[in-house]
Amino acid sequence: MILIAERINGMFNDVKQAIADKNKKVIQDLAKKQTEAGASYLDVNVGTAAADQEGTIQWLVETIQETCSTPLCLDSQKPDVIAAGLKVINTENGVLLNSTPLNKKSDEEVFDKYMEMANQAGPKANLIALTMDKNGVPQDTDTRVAIAAEIVSKAMEKGFDTQRLFIDTIVLPVKVPNAQSQPGNILAAMDQIKYLSDPAPHMTIGLSNLSQGASERSLINRVFLAMAISRGLDSAIADVFDQALMNVVATSDLLMDKQIYSDSFLKVYSSANKG
Amino acid sequence: MPVPEISERFSGSVNRITLGATKENGGTRTSTVTIGGASNVVYGGSSADAGEKPVIAMDVLDSKPEDWPDVLLEPYKDVLDSPGDWAKKCVEEFGAELICVKFEGIHPDKGDKDAAHAIKVTEEVLKAVGVPLVLWGCGNDEKDNQVMPKVSGAAKGEKCLTGAVTEDNYKSLTAIALADGHYLITQAPLDINIAKQINILASDMGFPLERIVTFQSTGALGYGIEYAYSIQERQRIAALTGDKMMAMPVICDVGYESWRAKEAKVTDAPDWGPAEDRGPAWEIATAVCLLQAGVDIIRIRHPRAATAVNNFINQVWQK
Repeated sequence: MILIAERINGMFNDVKQAIADKNKKVIQDLAKKQTEAGASYLDVNVGTAAADQEGTIQWLVETIQETCSTPLCLDSQKPDVIAAGLKVINTENGVLLNSTPLNKKSDEEVFDKYMEMANQAGPKANLIALTMDKNGVPQDTDTRVAIAAEIVSKAMEKGFDTQRLFIDTIVLPVKVPNAQSQPGNILAAMDQIKYLSDPAPHMTIGLSNLSQGASERSLINRVFLAMAISRGLDSAIADVFDQALMNVVATSDLLMDKQIYSDSFLKVYSSANKG
Repeated sequence: MPVPEISERFSGSVNRITLGATKENGGTRTSTVTIGGASNVVYGGSSADAGEKPVIAMDVLDSKPEDWPDVLLEPYKDVLDSPGDWAKKCVEEFGAELICVKFEGIHPDKGDKDAAHAIKVTEEVLKAVGVPLVLWGCGNDEKDNQVMPKVSGAAKGEKCLTGAVTEDNYKSLTAIALADGHYLITQAPLDINIAKQINILASDMGFPLERIVTFQSTGALGYGIEYAYSIQERQRIAALTGDKMMAMPVICDVGYESWRAKEAKVTDAPDWGPAEDRGPAWEIATAVCLLQAGVDIIRIRHPRAATAVNNFINQVWQK
């Protein structure tokens, strides 16, 4: 399971404050602790913490890289912010660009721009593409699959290896009125997306969004994660400090025959994952 | 039909291990053996992905074997009472790069010899040859726990491969191998889950994973080789896909298992061909088959088998 740790995000108060104070220690601690918890990537999102998003993402990347070589996931809907991050990042460690829709009303070519940036960043740069287009986030299964198919075929056309592509089927908060049918639609879409190419593109979700505003957040997150893993999900942006969630990941990997069983399987999961 | 090129790549690799300590490294060995390092399946990827060549460890017993067939006794007939001379013969006449001293004679049912005997044998063999050693107990937990720590101590600092430890009996040998600077064999009964667990248990005691060699148990041709093959293949794939608890080099015991086969040892069977050929052939077939699954050390008994398997290795693992 490719886990993208979510905590270095300006939406969280401690990160927001650290950005305002230029307090490196808070950021570096989060990087270290998330890595130890089993993160494959560290998400880096400026959020609403600063007006100068380009300068701030550069500061975050440089601050993390001073003490940590875990691959980073540059998270912004603005190509310029991603490009700024890429200028200072060590792409040798690997990098994930997060994320682009198929197209936008304001920018028909946005997917091509992200793909081009990933290409420029070298063979270890991967890309998250959302099943979303200029009409917004689809509510049904078929439109999600259709958009994913278009993303995969565009990537193939440009010779972008589909194994460098992460399809994000966009999870909506289950508490939002009329959104309760969405988790089921997403699972049905995953069933089809995994057949779009061989080898299949990766599939990821922003897991914590599912339980936004709900009670029993951790429970909701981990039950859906197990359901989605059974449909082919192999990555998630998630809270790696949630031990119960990490145990579900370890157990799901086992049940999907991705890890060899041993009596101490929970204990070894994160250490085996860390490399 | 052209042979398709296999271009699949993996993220992990098998740990690389160097057995034997020369004078510069605090030992008395005159040569070392490096194994492991494969980053693809056998025949997969480039020649660099193949890692180090697998190596043969020729068996030397601590006591004169009681149950070996004549065909197997013949090449060693003048050295069976002297493990030192036996090891020397394997190295000088048969080209062994690694010697496996098997302490059969300490087993309660096979002589019940004591630690003083085992220490003497260890010292003799260390003196007689300069190649690295594998020091392997008798398989009786109680006796191994009594004797093998002493054997380990007698070879302290020589970077030997010692064992084998099991899920039910690992603590004392693991601790002493750690203290004496040796490598460790972790043994599982053809069970991949136990194989992983025993590595975790040894690791929990602070034993570095990079100093472990796994022994999954071996089955000879016609006697369960398919189980051994598929488990070893599964371990290799796990190593290549990044499972640190399964990334160890592998040892298999082809000699002992092959010579247990009736096809190898029965002499009164004219339809089966000459008895002197069958045993070595059984070892060769078993070894060559298991080598395809990904094996790093092969214990062999008959010198003819050692020569043939070495030829095979040299042809396949060409740089």
